[in-house]
Amino acid sequence: MLYRETGQFKTDYASDQQLFPIRQDRIAVFVLLAVAYVGVPLAAQTPGLAGAIDFNYWFSGVLIPFLIFALAALGLNILTGYAGLLSLGTAAFMAVGAFAAYNFELRVPGMPMLLSFILAGAVAALIGIVFGLPSLRIRGFYLAVATLAAQFFVVWALTKFGWFSNYSSSGVITSQKIVVFGYAVDTPVKRYLLVLAIVSVMALAAKNMVRGAAGRAWMAVRDMDVAAEVVGIPIMRTKLLAFAISSFYCGVAGALYAFAYLGTVEPAGFELDLSFRILFMIIIGGVGSILGSFLGAAFIVLLPIFLDLSATSIERSFGFALPSGLVSNLTLIIFGALIVFFLVVEPLGLARLWQIAKEKLRLWPFPH
Amino acid sequence: MQFFFEVLIGGLLAGVMYSLVALGFVLIYKASGVFNFAQGAMVFFAALTTVGFISMGVPFWLAAALALAAMTALAFLTERLVLRPLVNQPQITLFMATIGLTFFIEGVAQLTWGAQVHALDLGIADEPIEWLMDRTGMNISKFDLVASGIAAGLVTLLALFFNKTRTGRALRAVADDHQAALAVGISLQKIWVIVWTTAGFVALVTGLLWGARNGVQFALTFLALKALPVLVLGGFDSIAGAIVGGLIVGASEKLAEVYIGPHVGGGIESWFPYVLALAFLLVRPEGLFGERRIDRV
Repeated sequence: MLYRETGQFKTDYASDQQLFPIRQDRIAVFVLLAVAYVGVPLAAQTPGLAGAIDFNYWFSGVLIPFLIFALAALGLNILTGYAGLLSLGTAAFMAVGAFAAYNFELRVPGMPMLLSFILAGAVAALIGIVFGLPSLRIRGFYLAVATLAAQFFVVWALTKFGWFSNYSSSGVITSQKIVVFGYAVDTPVKRYLLVLAIVSVMALAAKNMVRGAAGRAWMAVRDMDVAAEVVGIPIMRTKLLAFAISSFYCGVAGALYAFAYLGTVEPAGFELDLSFRILFMIIIGGVGSILGSFLGAAFIVLLPIFLDLSATSIERSFGFALPSGLVSNLTLIIFGALIVFFLVVEPLGLARLWQIAKEKLRLWPFPH
Repeated sequence: MQFFFEVLIGGLLAGVMYSLVALGFVLIYKASGVFNFAQGAMVFFAALTTVGFISMGVPFWLAAALALAAMTALAFLTERLVLRPLVNQPQITLFMATIGLTFFIEGVAQLTWGAQVHALDLGIADEPIEWLMDRTGMNISKFDLVASGIAAGLVTLLALFFNKTRTGRALRAVADDHQAALAVGISLQKIWVIVWTTAGFVALVTGLLWGARNGVQFALTFLALKALPVLVLGGFDSIAGAIVGGLIVGASEKLAEVYIGPHVGGGIESWFPYVLALAFLLVRPEGLFGERRIDRV
């Protein structure tokens, strides 16, 4: 009843092509942004709530990683979901971003923090282009293996060459203090707001990109590259652009991962496991969907927390301690089973379920 | 020069072990077009199950048979719960499903048998062959040689199975063309179970050999990653390619470690095969023996 676009006439091309063509969607997005920007920080300031909920944990343990992983998933989704190029090297590009941002801050005096984030993304994009070059010749699984070369090579190089980590032992770097326009970002709330701002701007940019010429070219190449070439889409430029932009997103996500989330990172923290986790986010969230990247990231970040909590509550209510290996192994099993389950039930992920729900909502309360 | 040959032979023998892992991938890829990322986890699971039964006091042969039974059960479950519902999906979806399967198997294996490192003794000593040591001064492990012998035997067995039996012929038919195989009355589901069981058997042999070498531990799952450049070099759908690719990767990574490694700080074994495979792909995108793909619009 409420969610119905009856009466919303589109009188020109621009209004038909806008990002959220349905008014209710626009309102929902604004409400969501208002809650994220104003509601959540205000709630954290409210004395009554702040006593009941540990907001510092929620910001630095849940919300910040969620946003950062969503950004990385967004990057991978551009490459895998839109351009159809399977990559297993996401973590490597994040590592490049993290170490590049660290080095820009370290070696260039008075470097603005935001600029070094952007430059970190650009460095990651360059590396992405280099490792994307083979995609012009190879595809599918062969390409996935080629991106693994990036994964192992980057982690090895960052560990072996001390210059990248300013000669600290085993390549550990501790990020500098975040200062944006002379304003110190030092509390979890401030870091959350910074990450939120960067992520929402980049998500908006991505949403725009995939509906524009670049996005359509990516999708054409994904669906059938020979046909795309025949209708005049430059394959090389399209694929390399996908690699560059995807790596840019991953690079910025990596820089935020190091600066706003962990503070101290080492190359070993960007192993293949992390790449897989981000891949799972887009599978579960929805391949080829901006919204899906966020849903998937939320799912993968929240699931282990939820399992941990339920294990603790089981222990408490039954009064015995579960073996320590049990929970982590059960997490593995549930993780694996869920992935298979999602692929079987809904190969297009949570984003597709959301879409189906919206379709149903449009007709409600009538069946047709 | 003698040192060169020692490294080369050592690398080739290690390469045989990589070939074994790659073989499991190729079998499944040929028959079902699934790129089975879970092969490494299957190796781990098979070896761990064997060791687990041995530690319960079961004799080795029975333990291996029980592990094989477990792999067969796994093949049935995989076919029923993963492959059948996902039939006709894009290959990439199936690939991701096998990544999920990897996590699942790893979790189940460690939940059942624990996560500690187990030793496995196959009764083959891991010591240099004295005869060769005396004559040429080269240090070649007896264990490596026996392992290569077992691998060669396994490959011969598989070749016979594929070329000389009725089931083998059906497997090759399915590999060539699913629909045509269905049309002449070959049950796809039965073939898939058979091929996953065969891959499970290969995983068992691999797991026992690697386990005896390095101990049965979680690191066995990383074998899958070692096998990927082998596959790329050899082509995903060629048994001969898996073997040749394994030899190339084994030999080149040892040689590179010894001759290039010291100049760049060592530890290049982790990525050298990948970069080698990558460079190779630029020249031949379908690998050494892989089937050339022709695109139609």
